[in-house]
Order: sequence, then C-alpha cells, then structure tokens
Amino acid sequence: MYRIVKKEALKPTVTLYEIEAPMVAKKAEPGQFIILRVDENGERIPITIHDFDREKGTVTIIVQTIGATTEKLRHKAEGEYIQDFVGPLGRPTETEGKKKVCVVGGGVGCAIAYPVLKKFHDCGAEVHAVVGFKNKDLVILEDKFRAASSVLKLMTDDGSYGEKGLVTDALKELIDAGNQYDEIFAIGPAIMMKFVSKTTEPYGIPTTVSMSPIMVDGTGMCGGCRLTVGGETKFACVDGPDFDGHKVDWDESLKRGKMYFDWERHKYEETCNLFSKEVQ
Amino acid sequence: MPNMSLKKNEMPSQEPNVRNKNFLEVALGYTEEQALDEAARCLNCKNHPCVSGCPVQVKIPEFIKKITEKDYEGAYQVIHETSSLPAVCGRVCPQETQCESKCIRGIKGEPVGIGRLERFVADWHNANVQEAPAKPTPNGHKVAVIGSGPSGLTCAGDLAKNGYDVTVFEALHLAGGVLVYGIPEFRLPKAIVQKEVDGLKALGVKVETNMVIGRVVSIDELMSEYGFEAVFIGSGAGLPMFMHIPGENLCGVYSANEFLTRINLMKAYKDGSDTPIMPLQGKKVAVVGGGNVAMDAARCSKRLGADVYVVYRRGMEELPARHEEVEHAIEEGIVFKTLNNPVKINGDEKGYVSSMTCVEMELGEPDASGRRRPIEKVGSEHDLPVDCVIMSLGTTPNPLIKNTTPGLEVNRKGGIVVNEAGLTSHQNVYAGGDAVTGAATVILAMGAGKLGAKSIDEALSK
Repeated sequence: MYRIVKKEALKPTVTLYEIEAPMVAKKAEPGQFIILRVDENGERIPITIHDFDREKGTVTIIVQTIGATTEKLRHKAEGEYIQDFVGPLGRPTETEGKKKVCVVGGGVGCAIAYPVLKKFHDCGAEVHAVVGFKNKDLVILEDKFRAASSVLKLMTDDGSYGEKGLVTDALKELIDAGNQYDEIFAIGPAIMMKFVSKTTEPYGIPTTVSMSPIMVDGTGMCGGCRLTVGGETKFACVDGPDFDGHKVDWDESLKRGKMYFDWERHKYEETCNLFSKEVQ
Repeated sequence: MPNMSLKKNEMPSQEPNVRNKNFLEVALGYTEEQALDEAARCLNCKNHPCVSGCPVQVKIPEFIKKITEKDYEGAYQVIHETSSLPAVCGRVCPQETQCESKCIRGIKGEPVGIGRLERFVADWHNANVQEAPAKPTPNGHKVAVIGSGPSGLTCAGDLAKNGYDVTVFEALHLAGGVLVYGIPEFRLPKAIVQKEVDGLKALGVKVETNMVIGRVVSIDELMSEYGFEAVFIGSGAGLPMFMHIPGENLCGVYSANEFLTRINLMKAYKDGSDTPIMPLQGKKVAVVGGGNVAMDAARCSKRLGADVYVVYRRGMEELPARHEEVEHAIEEGIVFKTLNNPVKINGDEKGYVSSMTCVEMELGEPDASGRRRPIEKVGSEHDLPVDCVIMSLGTTPNPLIKNTTPGLEVNRKGGIVVNEAGLTSHQNVYAGGDAVTGAATVILAMGAGKLGAKSIDEALSK
C-alpha cells in the first residue's frame, strides 16, 4: 500500500497527488511513468511522473478525472493509501546535448511536459514553451513553466486567457520567426501530438512525442501498448514512451486509444452513481 | 495384488456444456476410492523409469505406495521432498510426455495416472493438514529471487528451507507469475497458487510485489547496495510475438498474454473488476497458434460467450498443445481450423476487426524442427468473419534485465546464457526457467529453480 502524502485539487477535475514510494522516487527520471491501482478490483493505469523528491521518497502525479479509475482515485483523501504503485517504467526522455528546444504541452499533458522542460533547462538548453488549454479555468503550472523557459506562449481554445488559438499556431509562429530548434518535444492528447508532428515535419525539425496508449502490465509482457513507428511494431512501455513523432502511425494509435470507449463511459457513469449514492 | 486394469481411472470433470460457460475448475479430482484403485495399478517395478521422466525426480513409486497404505500425508511428504508445488504440478504438468510416458504399464494399456494421483495427494494435504512449517535456522546469507513464477518460487522455497534469507521480487501486483496471469482459473485455481505463496512466506520468504527489477533497482545494486550475495533470475518469458501482417494493430487484436492477463490476473470477466475486455458474447474469435497458451485463450473466449476458432498452420497431429488440452477444447465446442494461416486482418471504419484473411496450407517435407513444413496452397485465400483475433505465437525474452545488467550474456534469441549449474556470465547471478530457455513448461522452470537453489547453496556455503 502506498500513502497519499499530499493531495491538492489544482482544478475541479485536475488533482495533484504526492505518493510515498521511496524506491520509485530514487530512480525516477523525467519522461518515465508509473502504473497504479486504486484498490483491489482496480485496473492498472499508467500515469507519467510529474515530479519526484528523492530525499523525501515521494513521487508526484497530476491526474485528470476522466473515467472510473481516476474518479475512484479522486475520492481518496490525503493520508489514505492506494493499493499499488509501480515504477519507474519506460525509458527516460533524452535531454542531453540540446542547445535550443521547444516543449509543447496540451491540457493536463503539461503536468508531464514540465519535468521534461525543466530537465532540458537544467541540462543547459535554451527552452521555449508552448502550452495550451481549453480555457482559463483549466490553466495549470503557469508559474513553473515561466520560471524554466525563456519564451512562454500560453494558448487557450477560447481566448479566455493568454492568446486565442491552438498550440500548433503558436509553434509555427515561433519557428517562422527564425527560432532554430534542435528538437520539439510534445506531450498531450494524441490528436495534439499528431498535429504538432505534422506542423514540424515540413521544417524537418526532430520531434519527440510521449505516447500514452492503453497498457496492462507496463513491462513488455502484454503488448497492449503497441504502436507502429516507421513501419515497425513498438511497445510503448519498453521501447518508449518517447517516439519520433514524424514516424508514428497516428491514425492507428488514435483508433487503438478508443478501443474501450463505450465500456469506459459506462463504467465511469456507474462509478459516479455509486459515489453519489454514498453521499446521499 | 496390483490392479491389472488396462485403463486409468477416469478423471471426474464438469460436463463440457456446463463448464464452457463458467470459470470453475474443469477437472474435479479423484475421490479416495478412485485414488486407491489407481494407486493399485502401480507395479512398484524395480527400475522405476517414471522417476527419470520427471524433471524434479519425484520419488513416484514411493508416494504411490504410501497412497495404497492410505498414508496420504506420508505420500505428500515424499512428493514435497523434491517438488515445491505439488498441487500445481498435479494439474498442469504434461505427464504424458514425462513420468507417464516411461511407465511400464503404458506398454500394454494406459500408464498409471501419476499426475492425477499427485493432485489427489496435494489436495488431500491442503484440505486436511494445517501445520505451520518449522522456520529453519537462519544461516545469515541473503539471496534475491527475481520473478515469482514457478522457477522463482521453487528456488526461493529450496533456499528458505536451508536457512537462507530470501526476498522474491515480483513486477506485477500479485505473486505467482504465469501461474496467476497466464494459466486460467479453470485449469489452476488461483487459491492454490496463493496457498503455495503463503507457504513460502510462512518459511520466512519475503515477497516484494510491484518491483520491476532493472528499472527500480538493478541486479548490480541488489548485490552492492542491498547486500544480496546471490541473485536468481526467473523473470520468465517476455514480449509476445506478432505475425507482422497487415491489420495486426486493429482494435480487437490481442496477444494471448494480454488477453489472458486481463482475464486471469485482472479478472476482467467478473462484474466487480475495473479492467475492460472486449465484450465477446455472441462474437466470433480466432485464436492463432496451437500451443497450450492458444488453448487457454480459446477456452477463455468460449467462456466469455464467443464462437471460437483455433487457426493453426499445420495439422491436428502437429498441434504443440497437450493432447488433453486439445481434447478439452474440442469437447467445449471450439472449432479447429488447421492447415490455415492468416495473411491479413481486416477492419471496419472505426478500426475494429471485421474478418481475417487466411490461406490454406498443405504439409511438405519435414523442416529443421522435424515437423512437416506447411506450404501455402495457391489461390486458397478466403475470409473468416471474426470480431476478435488473439495472437498466440510465443514470446521473445524481455530485454529489460539484459539491458540494465552490464556484462550479462544472452544468446542469439535473447535468452540468458547459463552453464550446467545455472550460473550466468555474472558472478553469483544464476538464472533459469523461460528467461533462459524461452517459453517452456512449469515443471521445467521448477527444475531450473531447484538447480539454481542448489548451486547458490553450494556457492555461498563454501
């Protein structure tokens, strides 16, 4: 069992959890993920690491409530325990040797983009950041991004905060303004990562994306997280989660990501009903 | 007087049309009368060839003699001397190619039902004996075992009995390895595996779940920072193989590993589970492959309400699965489409499987494996309408431990290289089971775990 040391609601549907897991904290690197199970009947869900404190022995994750499992997690209070927490999994993001990079984060994906951005910054790269949110109410981590990047473009879909538009608009602007990036690093919804990759492809700028497909064990055993990269089948858990965005078969990945869509929606409703009954 | 009946006592089983709708154990086990009757078929012959057929050399005639004397606990102790998992082996060992294939009763008639008797004895013990095993005197040596499947559990058990301070590291949230994620409940109830794991804990073995060795801590660190003097790697088979045909990544295409893990480990078939699996009620499933894992996947699909085909490129004779598994599958209504090979999986506009294109095969000359090589029949392409495809083609070793253990030698196929003592290229690091051999059987892995424990004991007690 793993204790929730700190729980903080960043937004109504976005929650930060700091979990006591000293062994994981000791080894975690930006770009890696963990798998957790909330309770005994819980499914195993992969979540990318937001932060870690090696001395305190904690790992921080930021989770958006989107389904049954994340809803169950939201009902866990600070000081309570979650059943399982395993990691760090996947390969760390390669951040060494870059002079200038642009990190693109979308929505709650910014929670994961941040540690990667910070690592680039700590490794001595000049870092630009483009972060996008639906609206002002969903903006997270703005101060942190600002502190670690020399240029920050904050975009909202409806223009309620920052600039109105998509992250790809801002990215294109930055590239067209003559910024020479060694690498673009994108984390967010698959559809966003697809279009970031499409945006940078004509410019030939190396683009890395952090994939988060459906997964069970996270050790290579099940192959559920497979995707096609450059015509080859790769497993996100052992070969990734970072891949060359120009080589990912996006349409296939987008479809695979929706495999359990109906089931998940049903389970989410069921779980929400269960919790609301308990409240009554 | 020995019982000279030419036939084994049949195993009482759930009716095929009942069991193919539930996940309860198929074989129900001998009654005491049946066990006594079967045990009386053993001639206790001089050379006991059966023992040489057993990878862990269970003293078979000796335990069977104890049964005839109605000393069932005595029989259990005889088995337990050399096998740490009798209730498991009595269920999943391929006895027909091991002990029973050597039985002289098999020359004229059927061999003694050794596996069924082993299961009877183990179940009798589990139901009737509640003793807490005496904790051995600690010898002060610390050993790490990686993986809690059959090889790891066996190795840990043997070491613990000799006083070693053993910690088993398991990557998943539950101990048991393939016994819990791979083999279905209806062949091996998980309560039995749990009992074996609890037995090890009672001996003082520590089981650390959620530990992916290679990521959270490396083998070198286990030895240098955590004080383990020796390590046994029993990390099992690794990455599932695919055919690399078009459509293999459509929604509804599973590896057998994923499909079985969702069902066995995550209990996706139960209402209370939060883990999804494709709804298969009234759907059509094709399982590609012909091994035991393919049979497990097919029989699970059937239990989820699907019409199931096993698609295999060779003939019925060549199926690598145990004969008993194939027979059970046929009884349960699974259709074998042998001499068929998939060439393409077709999907609908949403990306879900709609059919699988196969070609018919015929068998030519024997190939390197000694089996007749399947050759494609020209112009035989045809579509098999299915909603789900389960690829059961074997696995390749997981590269994680190799990649994080500098200097650990692996062979061309990625299996860890060991000498006759189970020692790897790394000092005091031993390995065994599927991580060394590639996918094999539970009992072979147990044999390797035993060897590892013996070699570690010899190395550390010097």
